Amino acid sequence: MDVILENLPLYWNGFLRTLFLSVVSGVIALVLGTLLAAARVSPVAALRGFSTVYVEVLRNTPLTIAFFFAAIVLPRLGVKFEQFEIAAIIALSTYTAAFIAEAVRSGVNSVPVGQAEAARSIGMNFGQVLNLIILPQALRTVIPPLINILIALVKNSSVAGAFFVLELFGYGRQLANANGDAVIPVLLGVAFFYLLLTVPLGILASTVERKVAIAR
Amino acid sequence: MSSVLYDVPGPKARRISLIGSIVGSLLILGLLAWIIMTFAQQGILEGRRWQIFTRGDVWTLLGNGLGATLSAAALAAVIAFPLGLALCLLRISDVAFIRIPTRVVLEFLRGMPVVLMMLFVLLGFGTSAFVAVVTGLILYNSAVFAEIIRAGIQSLPKGQREAGLAIGLTSFKSRMLIELPQAIRRMMPSLVAQMVVLLKDTSLGYIVAYGELLRAVQVMADFLGTQFLFPIFFVAAAIYIAINILVSRIAVMIERRGSKKAAGGVAKAEPEKAEAPVP
Repeated sequence: MDVILENLPLYWNGFLRTLFLSVVSGVIALVLGTLLAAARVSPVAALRGFSTVYVEVLRNTPLTIAFFFAAIVLPRLGVKFEQFEIAAIIALSTYTAAFIAEAVRSGVNSVPVGQAEAARSIGMNFGQVLNLIILPQALRTVIPPLINILIALVKNSSVAGAFFVLELFGYGRQLANANGDAVIPVLLGVAFFYLLLTVPLGILASTVERKVAIAR
Repeated sequence: MSSVLYDVPGPKARRISLIGSIVGSLLILGLLAWIIMTFAQQGILEGRRWQIFTRGDVWTLLGNGLGATLSAAALAAVIAFPLGLALCLLRISDVAFIRIPTRVVLEFLRGMPVVLMMLFVLLGFGTSAFVAVVTGLILYNSAVFAEIIRAGIQSLPKGQREAGLAIGLTSFKSRMLIELPQAIRRMMPSLVAQMVVLLKDTSLGYIVAYGELLRAVQVMADFLGTQFLFPIFFVAAAIYIAINILVSRIAVMIERRGSKKAAGGVAKAEPEKAEAPVP
């Protein structure tokens, strides 16, 4: 227990770094994922094809491989980063975007057909149908799955700790190596900080799920 | 379904869409060309870098890495599934003393990064890397399996359990004979999707120094020289992704077969729900 209290500033730094990585990657992934989902249902075949291939490949790529590519292979190919945070954000957001795209697409499919038909029959074009009618309803139904993906994102950001970014997991590993006699308390401390983020998000997801379920 | 979003394209829209497709394809091709140019400038496409794949020992090492990946995934899946089943039964137990602690444990397991559990087992209990990887995967995935099966049981019509109890089955027998078989069949796509996640998560073994595929890449790059890093990484990533896509396809196939069977039988209780796998 003393180990945790002594190193509380380190834990706090790691916690903030984890939060930062998750928020930035989450925002980028949400935007990118929604764009990919829109491309997936668009009339332009090339966009559909690109989106399908992207989602299929990234969804089946282990996250560690994505990180390895961004943090170790990319620099060798001449893409230099000032900080490894950028590599971590690239890996996390491109990976998560594939899952968000799938979630949003299944949301688009869950909107009743009549909605799109009604929109088209009053003369809306594809962009209007999507932006004004379908996406607002689709995004609402997919909020619980999206929150679950963001929870997974918070947990996945721990992989960054193994690729030169000192976030919660990275500090935890350092502390565990430095305090060989108190590994279990040190790592339980790390777990506590992760739960601090994931458990409230989980409760939020199930609350929203219940609310949305009644609405339709 | 997606075609309902826009009118059947007329000649003008077809032309615009065709132009869009061509421009889009050109952009993507341009990006690919740029990547290949960059690779060529870095000398990655030189034949001598790829000649290492003519050496048998490179393939042996890759094969060993793949074997380590698959054996960890297989062992973890075989243990995690029954464990998840047991946890699920505890989680929906009628006894609050069993139900609530199980719920806390499940929330705890699901809220933690898998790699943290692996490190915990590795350092906390001083096990080998293999045991750490497999235990971490089991702990996390059994919790997820439990939640998936629970969702399956809760999606069953209430009458199933009531009928089971009415003909004199005990609560446990009703679960085992009536509810679980239906729930598992219903949740088969999610269960197989979770298997893909499990397979993907074995790559976290890289972080706890388990000799799986990605670690084999790193070892070979350190040993043979970093100029070979990209070719070996490229091949290993391709193997990984190909296996995962294969298993995902099996999941889709099972889903199709399941939905065909269900179409004639049980009426759908609720409208289509937005569902998506979680990374």
